[in-house]
Amino acid sequence: MAKRVGMEVAIAVAEAVGMCNVDVAACYPITPQSHIAEHLSDIVADGRSDTEYVTVESEHSAISVVAGASGTGARAYTATSSQGLMLMHEILPIISAMRLPICIAVANRAVSGPLNILNDHSDIIPQRDAGWIVMFSENGQEAIDLSIQSFKIAEREDVLLPVAVNIDGFQLTHMVEPVEFPEQKAINKFLPPRKPYATLHPDKVVTMGAFAMSDIFAEVMKAKDEALKNSKKAILEVWAEWERTFGRRYRPVETYKADDAETLLITMGSMGETAEIAVNELREKGLPVGLVKLRLWRPFPFEEFRAAVRKAKLLIVTDRAVSFGGPGGPVYGEIRSALYNEKERPDVYDYIIGLGGRDVAVDDFTAMVEKAVKDHKKGLKKDYEFYGVREK
Amino acid sequence: MKKEKKWPEAWHEVKVGAMVFEPCSAREYLTGSWRAQRPQFNNLRCIKCGLCYIFCPEGCISQNAEGFFEADLDYCKGCGICAHECWPGAITMVEEG
Repeated sequence: MAKRVGMEVAIAVAEAVGMCNVDVAACYPITPQSHIAEHLSDIVADGRSDTEYVTVESEHSAISVVAGASGTGARAYTATSSQGLMLMHEILPIISAMRLPICIAVANRAVSGPLNILNDHSDIIPQRDAGWIVMFSENGQEAIDLSIQSFKIAEREDVLLPVAVNIDGFQLTHMVEPVEFPEQKAINKFLPPRKPYATLHPDKVVTMGAFAMSDIFAEVMKAKDEALKNSKKAILEVWAEWERTFGRRYRPVETYKADDAETLLITMGSMGETAEIAVNELREKGLPVGLVKLRLWRPFPFEEFRAAVRKAKLLIVTDRAVSFGGPGGPVYGEIRSALYNEKERPDVYDYIIGLGGRDVAVDDFTAMVEKAVKDHKKGLKKDYEFYGVREK
Repeated sequence: MKKEKKWPEAWHEVKVGAMVFEPCSAREYLTGSWRAQRPQFNNLRCIKCGLCYIFCPEGCISQNAEGFFEADLDYCKGCGICAHECWPGAITMVEEG
C-alpha cells in the first residue's frame, strides 16, 4: 500500500518525475517552478535516478535540449513558468508538429509586465494554439498523478504529442499537502520504457522537421489538428487504466453538485477546491448552484462539457487570464463558442479574477454567484467583468 | 511489389510528424518551379571562364562536353547571379513562360 506523506507539491512533482524513468531532463529554474528543477537535479545527483540532467542557460535551450533528446527516442522532461514558457514558445509548435512526446510541468505564473511572480494563467493561455495537450491539476495529488500519466499519454503511438501539466504557482507548488505516491513497481508496470516511432540514428536515416512549402503545408497542419483531437480517446483510456490501477478517477470535465444545478460555476486549476466550499455555502442558503471544473483544456472536451452544462440556465465562468481586446477571458470565449450551435443554451457570464496572485476566497465566489444570479433574474445580458477591481 | 508513393496526396497520407525516411530525397524537390526568369546562354560570347558555375548558389550550372555552360532548369531558381557575374555578357535573363 502506498504511503501518505506531507510534502511540498513542487518537491512531490519532482519526486514523481524521478520515478518515471526519464532519460533526459533539462530545466532552467524560474520562480515558482524552481523547486521542481532543484529537487529533480538533487534526485539525479544523489543517484536515485539515471536521468541525464542538462543544466542549460535558458528556457529556449531547455526545450531545445529535450526536443533533440526526444528525437533520439529518449523520454524527456522539462518544467517552466511564465517568462520561461514565453521564451520556449518558439519551439512549442515545432515539437508538436514533429510529434515528439515531451512532458512539461508549467508552474503557472503571471506574465510581465509589470513584473509579477504570483499565480494566474496568462502564461499557458498564449500557448494554447501550439498543438500541445494541455491539462490542469487542482491539488498536489493531481499534480503528481497527471505528471506520471503525461508520459504515458504523450508516448502512446496513437498520440505522440507533447503534454503540458499545469500546476498553479505558489497556490499549489509551494503548499505542503498530504500526497500519496504510487509504488515504484506499479509505476514501472504502468509506464513501460518508451517505444519511439522513429529515432535520429545514423544507421537508419530520418529527417525530422523538414522543409515544406504551400503545396503540402496545409495537409500537414490538418494532420496535426486531427492528431490532437483524436488524442482525447487515448487520454480517456489512460485515465481509465489509472483508475483501475490506482483507484483515482480522472475525467476531462469534473463536476461537483452539478446534476440539479440551475447555475454553474466554471473553474480551471486550483480554484476548484475553493469554489467547492462556496458551492456548499450557497447550497445551504438554498441556491441551486453547482461547479464544473475543466481539467482538459486542449484538446477541448466539447462533448463532455456540453453534457455537463445541459440543464443549467446560467454559467459563471471564472478566468485567470485576459484576452486583451477580445472576448474578455479566454475560457469564456471558448465556452461560448462551444455552446453556440446548441438549440437551448445557457447564458454565460464571465468574471476575470485572481490575476497576478490576487486572493480568490470563498466569499468572492459566493459574491460573484449572488450578483450574477441577481443580474440574470433581471434579464441583464452581460459581458465580461474584472471582479474586485477597485473603482472610484 | 507496389512502389510506395513519394508524396502524400491528402492529409491522411502525411507521415507522423511529416518525417522523411528516405535519405537525399530533397533531390526530388524540384525548386525550379519557383522561377520567374530563366538564364539564356549565348555561346558565341562565352569565354568558358566558369564564373557562372562558381557563383551559382544552387550549384545547378554545369559544363558540357564542348566546354560551354548550361543551367539545370529543374533546380534553377532564376536568381540572375550568373547573368550579373558574366562580364562578357553571355548570359541574359528572360521571362519564364
